[in-house]
Amino acid sequence: MADSGGEMNSRRRFLVLATSVAGGIAGVAVATPFMLSMMPSERAKAAGAPVEVDISKLEPGMLLMVEWRGKVVWVLKRTQDMLENLEKLEVVLADPNSEKDQQPAYAKNRTRSIKPEILVVEGVCTHLGCSPVYRKDIAPADLGADWLGGFFCPCHGSKFDLAGRVYKGVPAPTNLVVPPHTYLSENQLLIGSESKESA
Amino acid sequence: MRLIKCLLFIVSLVPVIVFAAPADVKLDKAPIDTSDNASLQRGAQSFVNYCLTCHGASFMRYNRHQDIGLTNQEISEKLIYTEQKVGDLMLTAMKKNEAEEWFGVAPPDLSVIARSRGADWLYTYLRSFYRDSTVPTGWNNLIFESVAMPHVLYELQGQQVVDSNKDIPEIKELKLSVPGVLSKEEYDRFVADLVNYMVYLGEPHANYRKKLGVIVIIFLLGMLGLTYLLKREYWRDVQ
Amino acid sequence: MSKQKGSIVEWIDERFPLTATWRAHLSEYYAPKNFNFWYYFGSLALLVLVNQLITGIFLTMSYKPDANLAFSSIEYIMRDVNFGWLIRYMHSTGASMFFVVVYLHMFRGMMYGSYRKPRELLWLIGMAIFFVLMSLAFTGYILPWGQMSYWGAQVIVSMFGAIPFIGETLSNWILGDFMLSDAALNRFFAYHVVTLPILLVVLVFVHVIALHEVGSNNPDGIEIKANIDPKTGTPVDGIPFHPYYTVKDIVGVVAFLIVFCGIIFFAPEMGGYFLEYNNFIPANTLQTPDHIAPVWYFTPYYSMLRAVTVNFLWIDAKLWGVILMAAAVIIFCFLPWLDRSPVKSIRYKGPYFKIALTLFVISFFVLGWLGTKAPTPLYTLLAQIFTVIYFAFFILMPWYSKIDKTKPEPKRVTK
Repeated sequence: MADSGGEMNSRRRFLVLATSVAGGIAGVAVATPFMLSMMPSERAKAAGAPVEVDISKLEPGMLLMVEWRGKVVWVLKRTQDMLENLEKLEVVLADPNSEKDQQPAYAKNRTRSIKPEILVVEGVCTHLGCSPVYRKDIAPADLGADWLGGFFCPCHGSKFDLAGRVYKGVPAPTNLVVPPHTYLSENQLLIGSESKESA
Repeated sequence: MRLIKCLLFIVSLVPVIVFAAPADVKLDKAPIDTSDNASLQRGAQSFVNYCLTCHGASFMRYNRHQDIGLTNQEISEKLIYTEQKVGDLMLTAMKKNEAEEWFGVAPPDLSVIARSRGADWLYTYLRSFYRDSTVPTGWNNLIFESVAMPHVLYELQGQQVVDSNKDIPEIKELKLSVPGVLSKEEYDRFVADLVNYMVYLGEPHANYRKKLGVIVIIFLLGMLGLTYLLKREYWRDVQ
Repeated sequence: MSKQKGSIVEWIDERFPLTATWRAHLSEYYAPKNFNFWYYFGSLALLVLVNQLITGIFLTMSYKPDANLAFSSIEYIMRDVNFGWLIRYMHSTGASMFFVVVYLHMFRGMMYGSYRKPRELLWLIGMAIFFVLMSLAFTGYILPWGQMSYWGAQVIVSMFGAIPFIGETLSNWILGDFMLSDAALNRFFAYHVVTLPILLVVLVFVHVIALHEVGSNNPDGIEIKANIDPKTGTPVDGIPFHPYYTVKDIVGVVAFLIVFCGIIFFAPEMGGYFLEYNNFIPANTLQTPDHIAPVWYFTPYYSMLRAVTVNFLWIDAKLWGVILMAAAVIIFCFLPWLDRSPVKSIRYKGPYFKIALTLFVISFFVLGWLGTKAPTPLYTLLAQIFTVIYFAFFILMPWYSKIDKTKPEPKRVTK
């Protein structure tokens, strides 16, 4: 009888290894449901279901706030002037061509939208999650003479244009996120899904 | 070890030594199979048609019915008659205070009714309504005396009345006095589907649970062999 | 854990007794080599404890201790939370299996005299664990706020009302209300998830420390420390816990898990014994279910509570029932001093002890079975008879253990 620990031979080494591997597999298999249980539940998913919005009464220049998955989503109907200003600002923007993956493919354009005048964007600053303020006034005292309308984050001063594109030299690293959305009809906007069926 | 075997033997005799408990009301065995999706779908349909008007199943989401082979599209077409979405809970349209006014009690939520009552009870209950002019609703039930719920399915089953057994008057038997739309066999099948569905409703994951269980047990049996070999190998050291 | 494992272990050892602890409690803790089947249940109890702690934490993430939300939050866990059903069944099955394992563990101690000197304190710590476990089971059973939760708790709390003079004030203090309500649910939740688990973990730790101080008993009931090998200075009949008992206990763990998972996956209600059917009905403060019975592990004591039907001396039947029930649990604590036999293990004890223990086990099972049944005059009579037998096992022990014909103990452990 060994005094302590027992002799190690190749058979023991193999059995210890095999048991450890099997135990490891079992451990991972047990941990998986526990980790998955912390993902959004069916209730959370149901609450995060796509939201239908009627935009027929939206006037140019008006911003509509919609709640989707507990976040604010802005629906902004831009005026002709606003759309023209988008191009002028591109020199001061960090990612004017929306190269970073912050939007579905169908919104990867200058207006970052499906219909040019309608912007659908999450009102959540990409810096630390505050909700920026809609500032359509041109050249206000606090934002300077160059301001052509946009979104300004009161928390840490990040600036975005009216397509949700981020300015250079502000804390926020990327453009605002465009959520998946689609048009069910001319004035019926669906936020949260790209397919018309899952409404 | 001999003592232990002896103990276990004596213990196993206990139920025989102590007299059997008095028999409860006899329940019919519900002929159900929760792996039968066609039956579950028929049951779901009947449930939303006949039960959901008064009873909620408020822990159940409509989209859960993907378990029993329905797509979201089919769920919204076949099971949802209100403005509700597929992700919503199966709530009843009836308001609680109105229900209390009409029936005296609020109809119980049916989400887990099969887990408290059991399938056989539900199967027997739904087939044991009879006409009784002495109670306010005009309906009574063999296994639920003076039940507040009227016989919602009487058009299907027809109307039963008590046919007292001549030899033993305490034993009540039912006979059909007015036939319904369905024959007796068809009605039994209808109720079986409905009860099958309610059993599923009580625990939607039950089938998945059993499937997962088989894998787990097989893995553990393998693990038992492996750990036994390991133990035997080490214990060769011990005289 | 060999030294060449490197500098990290050395670095830690200079600051914390890692290797020393490993040696003292595992690789150089000498356990008798003749452990049998009954010696698995200690490590299994530890396994179930870990299971309860982990699943409990995850259940707490979704459970709501609110009288209006508790029941539906359980169904939310069962349906809407990913794998919530698995976690909940692991916890509910674990609760019952905890008692299975602990009862067998205690029975082992009674068979082999593990409560005898020098293990009296170890036994008392174990009893404290048992009391905490019962409190945990009771407070946990209330949380689903179903009919059995509610009425079971009602019955238990009413027992405190039986205590003379302070009874009513005491039960109001326990409930935080004049009846069982949201206030009680909320505080029982606090006990169940904070106070009692901390207490339990500390007590289990102390239990293991006490065990390793005096050393494990064994089926022969003789001290292996009495027989030291002069060459090595270790017990001749001892083997290091690690690796021999670690590999052996792992086999026990896997075998246990097969049973445990069998219940979780194929019979989580266990025929209404682990999850009672009436607890799938939300608590209704106005209507008691037709038949209420506690969960199976409390039924032997519940039978005794009901067994007393006569007033005796100046104390009424209700209070006697409560006293008897409490005594039935507490009396285990006196075992070390009730047993006067010259030997520890049942292997060398005489026929009187064997008969007494057999009758005790039978009475425990019969009382348990009766506790699940609605009372009838016959059942009450049976409960009374077996309650007497249950107590006779303890009260008569000083007498029958002393006059019993024992066999001589061996010098060395046997197979």
